Amino acid sequence: MLDDFLLRAALAGLAVALAAGPLGCLVVWRRIAYFGDATSHAAILGVALALALQIPVLAGVLAAALAVALAVSGLGGRYYGADTLLGVAAHSGLALGLVAIALTAPASVSVESFLFGEILAVGRSDLVVIWLGALAILGGLAWRWSALLTATVNPELAQAAGFDPRREQLLMTCALALLVAVALKVVGALLITAMLVIPAAAARPLARSPEAMALIATALSVAAVGLGIWASWRLDSPTGPTIVSAAAGLFVVVQAVRPVLRRGSWF
Amino acid sequence: MTLPADALIRTEGLRLDRGGQRVLWDIDLTLRRGEVVTIVGPNGSGKTTLLRLLIGALVPTAGRLRRAPGLRLGYVPQKLRLDPTLPLTVDRFLGLPRRVPADAAARALQRVGMAGAAGRQVAALSGGQTQRVMLARALLGAPDLLILDEATQGLDQPGEAAFYRLIDEVRRTLGCGVLMVSHDLHVVMSASDRVICLNGHICCEGAPQAVSDAPEYRALFGIGTGGALALYQHAHDHHHDHGHEHDHGHGHDHDHGPAHARPDTDSEGADSEGTVSEGAGFEGAGR
Repeated sequence: MLDDFLLRAALAGLAVALAAGPLGCLVVWRRIAYFGDATSHAAILGVALALALQIPVLAGVLAAALAVALAVSGLGGRYYGADTLLGVAAHSGLALGLVAIALTAPASVSVESFLFGEILAVGRSDLVVIWLGALAILGGLAWRWSALLTATVNPELAQAAGFDPRREQLLMTCALALLVAVALKVVGALLITAMLVIPAAAARPLARSPEAMALIATALSVAAVGLGIWASWRLDSPTGPTIVSAAAGLFVVVQAVRPVLRRGSWF
Repeated sequence: MTLPADALIRTEGLRLDRGGQRVLWDIDLTLRRGEVVTIVGPNGSGKTTLLRLLIGALVPTAGRLRRAPGLRLGYVPQKLRLDPTLPLTVDRFLGLPRRVPADAAARALQRVGMAGAAGRQVAALSGGQTQRVMLARALLGAPDLLILDEATQGLDQPGEAAFYRLIDEVRRTLGCGVLMVSHDLHVVMSASDRVICLNGHICCEGAPQAVSDAPEYRALFGIGTGGALALYQHAHDHHHDHGHEHDHGHGHDHDHGPAHARPDTDSEGADSEGTVSEGAGFEGAGR
């Protein structure tokens, strides 16, 4: 049937949107968008690794994303701010990955599909893996939500309440790596951070509580996936970038209607 | 190391090094139920670092730290530093990490003078209001030990006086221990049972009057021989620039070398009554 692959694409996009909504809120609250970049660019290194070792791409990407995320988590030191070091890690990871793929992969492998995703090529088994990953992320966030939120507001408050903020950070790191692995096929390594940051940023003016912001970000994320797939079908444009463009469009719309929504103590 | 019956936290020979340099050393400290203890010291003397060690946010390089089993900590940090992208109402903040009933939250807000603020955004509060809300949150946890880091930052003088009266009331009603950090000398000291003068190590400790007379304290804060009057004036000066980053210098010599003799090394000495100093002007000064 003609619409089969579209349906699979929509379901895959839905799974990524559901996980990226709340995770993206935590990313912007904790100001770790650069950390998301470093983790997702490592996915390209992971692809090269998987091709070289002939293991499943997902396993290679998960391993590389997790390794880089753990290595750069909490960086920062005497000479550099954390953002500088993360910038170094993100761009080196990407460049090294591209070089490694060029050197090791057969000519039939398209680098672009890893950079921008190929959501229309999502198969049944991909769909299962993407949903399992997304549900694992959602489950982890729901399980630790209160502690994660407290540690995000102030690490010492979490510590005094008996939670170890480092443990919550580790959970964030693992959730990010997992999202990178499952979203690679949907939006590609370059645009994963966009799916985390843009819907969350768009949701901010509409929300009065952290939970409301997570829900609204998720809804906007789902809307962006739907709009993006539809528009790319109509325009024959690359689907991953079209989804992110739709998210950006929603962000602009929210900014435009914000003065109308502004009331008293909202800000 | 044993924990006395009424002790909440006890440390012995606690030490913290950072980047090969010692930040805190020889910290012997016992905090007890029902006691208000204040740590004073210049900037960079390790006050906040010591608090972070006590709550477990830092791991000591050496020494021992014991908490009473099941100890509930109420912590009020120096600043909240909320990211503007995080929408957070006061009542949601009070329910972190564990949700609290609305009426309990309302009572806690009333207690700190923030009645009716439950629906406001935390980011929209002034510095002083944020401190009160953080105190309300700490109180909701029915703490055994309340730890406040420069809690009166951003409060005006009447607000500050009211804040210390509130702390005193909380100590009496909850029976908790209170540990405060301040570089604001006189008000905080008059509100304390025991003052610990910190500059990397514990320079001296005891009842407020005893400490304010101690030569170590005077060397650290540059108070000459003027006694209570000089202390009053120093502290009075101090009040006018609150809300800013204090340069605690005031032209005084704060270099308190590690070679300096330490008169009061065992924590039991903390129980000794302070000697009566000249002039009773300490209490109530600056109100």
